[in-house]
This record gives sequence, structure tokens and C-alpha cells, in this order.
Amino acid sequence: MLPKLYFGYFSIVMVVISLLIITRKNPVHSILWMLALFFHIAGLYLFLNAEFLAAVQLILYAGAILVLFLFVIMMLNIKKEVVDERFAGDWAMAVFVGGTILVLILMAISTLTPGPLGSYTIAAVQAETHAKVLGRVLYTEYLFPFEIASLILLIAVVGALVLAKKRRT
Amino acid sequence: MVPLNWYIELSAIIFTIGAVGFLIRRNIMIMLISIELMLNSVNISLVAFSHYLQDVRGQVLVLFIITVAAAEAAIGLAIVVAMFKNKAVLHTDEVMEMKG
Repeated sequence: MLPKLYFGYFSIVMVVISLLIITRKNPVHSILWMLALFFHIAGLYLFLNAEFLAAVQLILYAGAILVLFLFVIMMLNIKKEVVDERFAGDWAMAVFVGGTILVLILMAISTLTPGPLGSYTIAAVQAETHAKVLGRVLYTEYLFPFEIASLILLIAVVGALVLAKKRRT
Repeated sequence: MVPLNWYIELSAIIFTIGAVGFLIRRNIMIMLISIELMLNSVNISLVAFSHYLQDVRGQVLVLFIITVAAAEAAIGLAIVVAMFKNKAVLHTDEVMEMKG
């Protein structure tokens, strides 16, 4: 009973916060609601025995990406944007399309049959600690994708520099 | 024990909210935030599958998705800054160089 209550609180709050995020007029408010959402997602990760990911969620998403968003908004002048029209003209159509997608996904989920269980039971992960298990899988089995991820980050750094640089003509 | 389906349904609902937010808003910052919302909803479903199927590979995938989200945020915000320097707008309807 208690886990279901915990999950119910988290799911209701997360859905409400998501709706707030996409309807706020001021982007700064959206981003601060996003911060609350990230804390709830981290709580859900803890509930799913993923404590390392909960820490990464807070450090990377809340600490780095959101601060980057806030930083850019503070640099740009948003005063004019706040008085602009909030929604696009065809928003009813967009909501209809979104509702259709949701119904289709929920119908697909209702027929979900989970695959075979893996070998990382909760007790096995706890005996070895979560971060260690994750690191071992990441650096052995997923070493090549890991290198590609580092390349993506390098491209992002170079691309951001090229885009934001002042053009010399 | 919370059923696995509940997590996947929560993930689907948040993903849909993110997609609708991307479609109905014209402020480019909120469109980028909606993309982050969609990525996070997929992370929730991956961690839930990883827990219920007793396999840590889903969580490794979450780490990769976080990497890609960081790269996407950096590039997207650089594009926003470049666009704002050229035209001083954040409203995507006023950016029509590509005749979109």
C-alpha cells in the first residue's frame, strides 16, 4: 500500500508540474518548475533502486543543463516575449494529435508482456554497490558506445563555439 | 509492489505532454524545455524496465541519453543565441528565412 501511495504522489505531482511547464508564459517560471520536476524524477529513481542515476539526474540536469537554460534566458531580453501571444493558432489540433498519440501508446502498453529477467537482482546489485555495477557494465560491455558519447560531447563543444562565435568577414 | 505498467503509463503521459508543449508553444526556449521533458519521460521508462527486468543495461542507456541531452541543450542554446543576435526574436513564427 505504501509504495503505491508514494508512486501516486509522485505521478500526480509530475503530471501537474509537466502541464505547468508547457503553459507558463514566462520561460523562467517554466524552468523553475522543471527544477521541481527533476527533483521528483530523482525521487522516483531512488524508489527504483537507481541511486547513482538519481545523483546524476540532480547534478547534471538540475545543476548543469537547467543553469545553462537560465543563463541564456537571463542574457536574452525576454520582456517583449512575455507580452506575446502564448499559444500557437492551431493549438486545439496539436492537443488532439497529442491525445491520439497518448491513447495509442496506452493501448499498446496494455498488451505489454515483459521479457526474460536478467542476472542483476536487487540483492546482487546491493552486494556490489550500484555505482560499481553500472561502471563495470559501462566500461566493458558498452565501451565503444561510451567513446561515441564522448565524441558527441566534443562535437557539441565545437559546434556551440562555432555557432556562438562572432563572425569575422 | 507497484506494477510495471504504471511507470510506463506515467512515462507515456509525460512524453505526450512534452510533445504537445512542443507543438502548441512558439517560444523557442519553451520548445527546448519540452524536448528535455520528452527525454526525461523516456528515462523514467528505461529505469523502470531496468528495475523490473533486473538488468542494469537500461540504466547505462539512461546515462547515454543524459549525454545526448546535454549536447542537444548546448547546441540548441547556441542556435538560440545566434538567432537572437541576428534578429532579436525568440518567437519561431517570426523566423522565416527557410520559408517554413
